[in-house]
Amino acid sequence: MSYKIPMGPYHPALEEPYKLDMICDGETVSDAKLHIGFNFRGIEHLAETRNYIQVIALMERVCGICSNIHTLTLCQAMEKLTGIEPPLRALYIRVVMAELERLHSHVLWAGIAAKLMGFKTMFMTCFALREKVMDVLQAISGNRVNYSMNRIGGVNRDIEDPLALLSMVEELEREMVHTIIPIFTTSTTATLRCAGIGILTNEKAISCGVVGPTARASGVPQDLRRAAPYAAYSEMEFDVPVEKAGDVRARLLVRALEIMQSCRILRQALTKMPSGEFNTGDGKIVFSTGTATSRVEAPRGEVVYSVSWKENSRNPARVHVRTPTFQNMPAIRWMVIGARLADTPLIQASIDPCYSCTDR
Amino acid sequence: MNLWSRLMCSCRRRSPWIFHMNSGSCNGCDIELVASLTPRYDAEQLGVRLEGSPRHADILCITGPVTRNSVHAIETVYGQVCSPKAVVAIGSCPATTNVFIDSRVLDGPLNRHIPVDVFVPGCPPRPDAILQGIAKAAEILAERGSRPLVNEENQQ
Ligand code: SF4
Repeated sequence: MSYKIPMGPYHPALEEPYKLDMICDGETVSDAKLHIGFNFRGIEHLAETRNYIQVIALMERVCGICSNIHTLTLCQAMEKLTGIEPPLRALYIRVVMAELERLHSHVLWAGIAAKLMGFKTMFMTCFALREKVMDVLQAISGNRVNYSMNRIGGVNRDIEDPLALLSMVEELEREMVHTIIPIFTTSTTATLRCAGIGILTNEKAISCGVVGPTARASGVPQDLRRAAPYAAYSEMEFDVPVEKAGDVRARLLVRALEIMQSCRILRQALTKMPSGEFNTGDGKIVFSTGTATSRVEAPRGEVVYSVSWKENSRNPARVHVRTPTFQNMPAIRWMVIGARLADTPLIQASIDPCYSCTDR
Repeated sequence: MNLWSRLMCSCRRRSPWIFHMNSGSCNGCDIELVASLTPRYDAEQLGVRLEGSPRHADILCITGPVTRNSVHAIETVYGQVCSPKAVVAIGSCPATTNVFIDSRVLDGPLNRHIPVDVFVPGCPPRPDAILQGIAKAAEILAERGSRPLVNEENQQ
């Protein structure tokens, strides 16, 4: 006999409000439905009532975890519409911010995953390490969450002494290599808990159109930093880790390897940072009529912004956002079918969902 | 005050359990609340523990600008927390609806729906500020608990 187990929307195991209805046969999940929309704040509509400076502050608050990525994408789109080119140093600073954000987001995810595995010690270790990443972010931007670094034509704050940050980054890397990565890759607790559950096959991954680490863990080698480089990524050397298994462990490994690659990019960006201006423009910003799109590889996958503007207007005509969770969410259904009920929280967390981005 | 109520008062002040609720926040405040429980800030030194059920909690921590979808849930959860209780509004969102002001799908600020004891302003507030807010709420809680029950019922 099958029965339905509703979970949420305000459930202690969930960070954010959403609702998961699971149809179960005994202990096995036979189908799942996901309801979202509890976080809907109407941001896209609000953006049409804000001018080009306010809209950056507004879009930064789409998501508190990847706040920098949202402003970066928006500013890139607005730069296309205004024809302003940011200077090279600004592009490097954008890379540094984006990679630090990826680091803190992946470590945060590792912490939440560890908590869901019932591995509380690891949760605390991850968060203690994340504080070190936050220190670097705070040293650069002065803020811990909403950094407000990007603006049209560059960044708001300079990294005055990039080489001084290098030692902080090296220390981070050492800690990652010595604590987090071995535990997740070799510890039996993590391996036994994650291997073979929540499998998303390569064909399903392609047909669902998943993005980011979820896709890379199912053997789809896509990464916008490589495929369509933005900011200064074309000058960085890095690998795109890909795993074939498609289970939760593969997603864990992909993220662990990405942490290493992020450290590598950070080191390059900080050592190679060119001198010069970090923003352009004398404050005179003229928009042309049209629509510009911009794509960026966020920690969770590809973010797309499409911004429309009318000439002589201070406000955008339309700001449309497509977030990675929107793409990855339908895949949860294929992952949980056939899984044990107790595994579903871990499986749905393995795509690193962010519903506040998705609902906006 | 007899010995029993003095003991209760001290327990409430020294070991408040919190329940966290997200009413449409951007995740910034939620992450900072979690960060304040972890080793660097270590809320457990104040006896603070994040609880899974509102019925076990003393302090309700609410983040987010209160979307229409969440109003009903907030009222329900507030009703489920046992008296005496205190409410902490974390971030600028529940205090003023912050950058989302004028949005038609919001029904904030929070104090239109439930009484709020401590506002922790900031977007997001730092974990130290969140801890200070919780500590303040714990004092309010202890004081509220030491009042005779009759008064409290009249007050509500
Ligand atoms: S106060 Fe700021 S950080 Fe907190 S939920 Fe609101 S927008 Fe996000």
